[in-house]
Amino acid sequence: MKVLIIEDEVELRHVIGESLLRENFVVEYARDFNAALEKSTSYDYDCILLDIGLPGGSGLDILRTLKKENKMSNVIIISAKDSLDDKLEGLDLGADDYLPKPFHVAELNARIRSVLRRKSFDGGNTASLGNLTLNFLDRTVAVEQMDLVLNRKEFDTLAYFMMNKNRLVNKNSLAEHVWGDYIDRVDDFEFIYSQIKNLRKKLKYSNASVEIQAVYGVGYKMTEV
Amino acid sequence: MKLHNYTLRYLSVALLAIISIWAVIFYFDMMDEVNDSIEEGLENYKELIIQRISEDSTLLHETAFAESNYVIRPTTQKHAKKHKDVYQDTAIYIISEKEMEPFRMLTTVFKLKDDEYYELKIVSSVIEEDDLMEGLFYSLIWLYVIILASVYIVNSILLRRIWNPFYDVLKKLKDFKPGESIQVEPIATKIQEFRELNKTVDELTDRVNKTYISQKQFIENAAHELQTPLAIGINKLELLAEKQTLGEQDLNEVSSVLDNLQRLTRLNKTLLLLSRIENAQFTPSEEVNLTEVIKRNVELFEDFAAFRGINIVLNAEKELFKTMNPDLAEILVSNLIKNAIVHNINEGKVDIAIGSNSFFISNTGKDAALDKAQLFNRFYRQNTEASGTGLGMAIVKAIADNYSITIDYHFDGLHHIKVSL
Repeated sequence: MKVLIIEDEVELRHVIGESLLRENFVVEYARDFNAALEKSTSYDYDCILLDIGLPGGSGLDILRTLKKENKMSNVIIISAKDSLDDKLEGLDLGADDYLPKPFHVAELNARIRSVLRRKSFDGGNTASLGNLTLNFLDRTVAVEQMDLVLNRKEFDTLAYFMMNKNRLVNKNSLAEHVWGDYIDRVDDFEFIYSQIKNLRKKLKYSNASVEIQAVYGVGYKMTEV
Repeated sequence: MKLHNYTLRYLSVALLAIISIWAVIFYFDMMDEVNDSIEEGLENYKELIIQRISEDSTLLHETAFAESNYVIRPTTQKHAKKHKDVYQDTAIYIISEKEMEPFRMLTTVFKLKDDEYYELKIVSSVIEEDDLMEGLFYSLIWLYVIILASVYIVNSILLRRIWNPFYDVLKKLKDFKPGESIQVEPIATKIQEFRELNKTVDELTDRVNKTYISQKQFIENAAHELQTPLAIGINKLELLAEKQTLGEQDLNEVSSVLDNLQRLTRLNKTLLLLSRIENAQFTPSEEVNLTEVIKRNVELFEDFAAFRGINIVLNAEKELFKTMNPDLAEILVSNLIKNAIVHNINEGKVDIAIGSNSFFISNTGKDAALDKAQLFNRFYRQNTEASGTGLGMAIVKAIADNYSITIDYHFDGLHHIKVSL
């Protein structure tokens, strides 16, 4: 999987790149408008992360060119400007998603995964870890073909972990992803503990060979046992 | 008090004083004139009588004011020598009126032959002062009323015509909202003061607009510029925390820094949101089913509430609708419910009831009423420990103001919030 990161801020470019490398993506960078235009029109990428405010031009113009030349790959706009107009225009120009800065690496992973999943044709709707298989489309979970019944929030939590296998998931990031945009105004995320506890219990009873570890204070990590 | 009535009030007092003073002066002036003219008549009459007496001495026998208006009686030379013509006021009984009426009387002396001196008294009816005063009084009242009425009418017409540009400027100022470009329709007037007023108002609103826009842009730019460094900080720490090299203590430190960066992010986002709401940038409105929004948020927050043993009871029998931006409806409701949970006690409760045109949120919490005056202020916190942004209620207020929703708070052991649409 090849990802192009179009971002003028060097530190951010590298930190995103580092995170994606851990996901075993092939990562390329473009730091300004011209480089971005050249790379995105000359090569094929599975996913493009596109910043809108670039030196030399607007990311939206890159989208327009890609659309015109029919070179549209999966584009996720990452913008510091959380503006509804930009979002609507970007999505209208064919972008697949819009992620306002600042974001969590886990959230970026999840967005990339779901964009890739939507565009793949070979049954990319499932993900598995150990003996656990999760179907994003049917919203079902199975442990060695045995169905595991989860409620909506438990499924969303597990799905988020599945899109961030072996990665540290920040508790803030998990709360925002599962409990919605407005939960970020709840100051105390400790309540997530009890949610994770329930999920762990269910996974254990069904003999799933995965484990959700707590990482001191920061969040959780799901690994295969 | 309107300008119109204001001028009228002062004019009415001033006119009353002016007319009263004028009436007094006029009265005395007129009486003077009347007396003068009567005295001239009496003088003339005297000459006539004396002339006729010299021709017809029978006239000398008029000794009382009967059918004639003079009396003659003989007098001594001594008296006649020092006598001068005297005018005086007197009263005579008038048969037709059956009362005493005022008269002007001339007393004079004349010599007929060598040694015959006579005293002559001639009277002439004068104006009755009472009647005159009364007549004058009523006329003046009428004059006063008519002047006031005409002032009122003329004023109305004039004010409407002359002050029209002023009211146009006033309306322009009333409708003015900072940041909104006002339709610049030049106000047509020949009056220089109004032209200047209009020009000054235009310049002023222009300046306010520019300041407002630049300030707004500054806030937005500052908030936006903060996003990228925040993103770098958060993402770097997240990657750092993933490394296996960190011990438990280091991880806790990283976590604490991360939490604070999160808080900064929230604060930043909330400030942006607040500025957008206040700029009324959330324009598209639709019919929002608030009952659904409340239900959804209760479900969203129930894990969080359950963790603290807080029981949320929702009584949602009625469907409540409001035309507003759906995102703002969501934010309004979620902030209120979140507040009811966050500022609660463990094992407490939250009651939510939906009425026909309002909804109520009651919750247990601190055992004292909140300061109503400060409740909606930015960065007002009940306790300093909470890591909230301190902007939640300010946002609620901003949204409410946008849609003329009123929010009332009262405390009777429970904290009650009433949201009236």
